[in-house]
Amino acid sequence: MRSTTLLLIGGAIAAPAAAAPPVGTVTVTIPRLDVAEYHKPYVAVWLDPVGGGAPQTLAVWYDLKKRGKDPGTKWLADLRAWWRKGGRSLTMPADGISGATRAPGQYSIPLPANIKPGQYVLNVEAARETGGRELVSVPFAVPTKAAARASGKTELGAVALSAR
Amino acid sequence: MKPFTLRLMAAAALLSVPAALSAHRMWMLPSATVFSGTEGWVTVDAAVSNDLFFFDHQPIRLDGMKVWQPDGSEGTLQNGATGRYRSVFDVQLDKPGTWKIGTQMSAIMGSFKVDGVEKRLGGRRGPPQPGAPAPLTVADIPANATDVKITEVSGRNEIFVTAGAPTTTVLKPTGKGLEFAPITHPDELIAGETAKFRFLVDGKPASGIKVTVIPGGKRYRNDEGARELTTGADGVLSVDWPTAGMYWLNATLTDAKATTPRATERRMSYVTTLEVLTP
Repeated sequence: MRSTTLLLIGGAIAAPAAAAPPVGTVTVTIPRLDVAEYHKPYVAVWLDPVGGGAPQTLAVWYDLKKRGKDPGTKWLADLRAWWRKGGRSLTMPADGISGATRAPGQYSIPLPANIKPGQYVLNVEAARETGGRELVSVPFAVPTKAAARASGKTELGAVALSAR
Repeated sequence: MKPFTLRLMAAAALLSVPAALSAHRMWMLPSATVFSGTEGWVTVDAAVSNDLFFFDHQPIRLDGMKVWQPDGSEGTLQNGATGRYRSVFDVQLDKPGTWKIGTQMSAIMGSFKVDGVEKRLGGRRGPPQPGAPAPLTVADIPANATDVKITEVSGRNEIFVTAGAPTTTVLKPTGKGLEFAPITHPDELIAGETAKFRFLVDGKPASGIKVTVIPGGKRYRNDEGARELTTGADGVLSVDWPTAGMYWLNATLTDAKATTPRATERRMSYVTTLEVLTP
């Protein structure tokens, strides 16, 4: 079931023209931090249906390439809220979900095309080596009418959800 | 029977009994309780002390320390070492699910009189003393003994760590003595959320028993911070966690359902260390 969903998301990214128009786009900003030792943060983006049901992970950015005794997956549990909300039952790397860590900047992630109408909470969690951890939550509704946004204070910048 | 009892005595001498008698607390402190992947290792400190979680008194000896893998089978303890104040060991969490690590002890304590002279059953406090006579057992009580007082003492000290998604196989109760049958998984504790743990005695709900919950970090605050809680009629304890951190939990129960011949009382204790995470 889950893998089907993942394929759909993957498809939406690869061939947006062929799939249904995106029902919404999540924008995540990773702030530039003036610190002596900077490592790109681990980030998880997921949707929590307000009425209950399984949370759906949209993106996980972690150190994909690190292998050996201390592989990059070792610190996925530091994304504590996401880990509890389903991260721990995903197998990494996950098609269409996992990716390498991102440098400071603004990134867009489409909402899944098959998302059911209802109330959701968009969650973005970031954890950084030798840095902090932050969780930003943005409630929104599908179909998306108005843009919803929130902002992190330390590890995350603006988190927004637009209708397209 | 006798060698077995002796072994129990030896176990008792591992400071478990003093833990039940005095304020000294037995504890185990895992490096973490939530792990991702199956390449992880947990390293554990095991000690007896007053202040949690500072090792400044005695180590818990590793002789009786066991590991249960997520499927319930016995696992391996590695790199064990016992120092002046603490023992340390590692467990490689190479299978997904919830692992249990801990010790169980049971022993006999008490006294009797022969011709007016009192003799004690069971080991003395502290680690085994070389050259000391073997402690007296129930089998050593002569027929002409008077004032026989025997207490059965048993205890469990366990911690739970999870690689990947939590599982519950290692949480299954055995139906013997005082046990922890959590409703909230012990590796899913969040500050601000109420956890529910059931306690069982011989497999039945242990209602109205006393449970002490103490946060770690004693050295960095003034008050002990201990909370004395009581289980409900259904044996369920509700605990809320004001802040994230490591907590020591100790449940105790004394009743008259001893199974050892001539024992009139049994004292049971359950100890665990729980990690509470931020939301």
